[in-house]
Amino acid sequence: MMIARGTELAHSKPGKKGIFNEIWRQIDIQTMVWPGIIFMLIFNYLPMYGVIIAFKNFVVTSGFQGFFTSKWVGLKHFADFLTDPNFYTVLKNTLGINIMGLMIRFPITIIFALFLNEITNDKFKRFTQTVSYLPHFLSWVIYGGLIIKILSVETGAVNNYLLKWGIIDEPIFFLGEPKYFWSIAVISALLKELGWSAILYLAAIAGVDQELYEAAIIDGAGRFKRMWHITLPSISGTIVILLIFAISGILSSGFDQIWMLQNPLNVDASEVIDTYVYKVGLQQMRFSYSTAVGLMRSVVALILLLGANFVSNKITEKGIF
Amino acid sequence: MVRIKSREDIIFDIFNTILMLILIFLTLYPVWFCIVGSFNEGLDYMRGGVNFWPRKFTLSNYRVVLMEPRIKDAYKITILRTIIGVITHVLFTSLFAYGFSRRNLIGKKIYGTMGIITMFFSGGLIPSYLLYKWLRLLNSFWVYIIPALFNFWNVIIFQSFFREIPESINESARIDGANEYQIYFYLILPLSKPVLAALALFTGVWHWNSYFDSMVFTTSQELSTIQLLLMKIIRSTEGAANVASRAGEMLERQRDISSTTVQMATMVITSAPIMMLYPFLQKYFVKGVMIGSIKG
Repeated sequence: MMIARGTELAHSKPGKKGIFNEIWRQIDIQTMVWPGIIFMLIFNYLPMYGVIIAFKNFVVTSGFQGFFTSKWVGLKHFADFLTDPNFYTVLKNTLGINIMGLMIRFPITIIFALFLNEITNDKFKRFTQTVSYLPHFLSWVIYGGLIIKILSVETGAVNNYLLKWGIIDEPIFFLGEPKYFWSIAVISALLKELGWSAILYLAAIAGVDQELYEAAIIDGAGRFKRMWHITLPSISGTIVILLIFAISGILSSGFDQIWMLQNPLNVDASEVIDTYVYKVGLQQMRFSYSTAVGLMRSVVALILLLGANFVSNKITEKGIF
Repeated sequence: MVRIKSREDIIFDIFNTILMLILIFLTLYPVWFCIVGSFNEGLDYMRGGVNFWPRKFTLSNYRVVLMEPRIKDAYKITILRTIIGVITHVLFTSLFAYGFSRRNLIGKKIYGTMGIITMFFSGGLIPSYLLYKWLRLLNSFWVYIIPALFNFWNVIIFQSFFREIPESINESARIDGANEYQIYFYLILPLSKPVLAALALFTGVWHWNSYFDSMVFTTSQELSTIQLLLMKIIRSTEGAANVASRAGEMLERQRDISSTTVQMATMVITSAPIMMLYPFLQKYFVKGVMIGSIKG
């Protein structure tokens, strides 16, 4: 057995010298790839290795070399986070905004894609699509700014109309009251990304066999029935994949959005893991602690991804892998 | 295929059209609201009620914004980083992708695995910050360019496009004695215009919209991107008061601006390039996503 494997290896794998010769013969395409590889080693893999400072007591003054030289403290920073007085608030806000967002945005995006697909006038369809993608290309700095302005107390359109129609007597400072923050975050993200996040569904819908619709029409199925019995099942694979990704992202709120909409008055409802990591890490210079919190989040995200994928494979026999 | 519409069909179409019109309104109105405000006199605006059309039209807000040297500098930096960033990223990434797309490349599996890992795992903010500090990238213009040179997602998009190019083209060039670099520059790049355009656009929008790297990795005012400056102006009322009061000094007698309307003018100016180019370029964006999502 041993001998057999040995000879096999000798035949299939060229010796060390052989490999170098082979590489030399294709040195032009190798040199095309190497800069990218070096880039990844420096800018992706070195920071990944740097995550070990989550288990060390890293001090600012030690600089980059501190990755290697600072003292091990095990899981101290993780324990610190779990007993941090802010832990509960931060976790509650992160989960609150994201679960609410998932429950509202996920189905509405699918419904939007289904209804967009049903528009019969091609020009109007293309126009609607084009308009709906637009906010995706505006930064959250701009879009957050628009939301702040439109919700402003003295001059915002929302207060203007609510007052004019007599729905409220006093203008509301929407972004100043914590109780409104989750809804504002969810709705603004919905409006900004609705069109763009429907793209993958629309691509899937475009691939549905048209004969199915013809057959359904002959059977007398109306628009809703066709949507429900043909389009929706045809894109179920896409739905499952996107749902799995959405679930794994439940601990990461978009930093940019929350950062723009956050202010000292609503911070009790708007402090999420992303903003907390940034504040603790770079503003208070607690590098190890902040890295530990970030790492904990990534691990949970990975577990959620694998878990959701596992459940989905069991129930629907569909999954990412 | 012409089919007579049933009554149910007609009702559905009307309902659907109304639904979409509401959606279009909700999407465009915030933008319109801001444009209207930016053209309204500041003090008048503060009385409230300006929703659809400027009540007292003025260009003063824009005059103030365009005269503010900080905004001009930030605009210049942003244009510079966008142009340099796009060119370097597209060249660096596509060169890698071409080499990587060659079927006989030794080590392809290892390189590919390395790349895919970077798509899903990252070291996070703090280790990157320390790395850039060590590399002396902090407070340097190059912190915008170098870490953004390469990205494996885009490699996959390029590669799936390069694979579609018939092998026979490369073969005949090789027989004529061209080396792989010449093939890449003179044959592959000119053939890849659609994917180059799509990725250049995505990268360009990303560069134009980024503020986070500017906020975290630079501290000097001269390197601030326009989005960071805008973020500061909107987010801290002090920042806003600052711009407005400095502007106020300049236009002492012309008291027709306010911090709100000046902010709105800044927002319009900051998003203007994207808004103006968007209608013409949106088909490339969509194409780019399709290439990436279906094949990737």
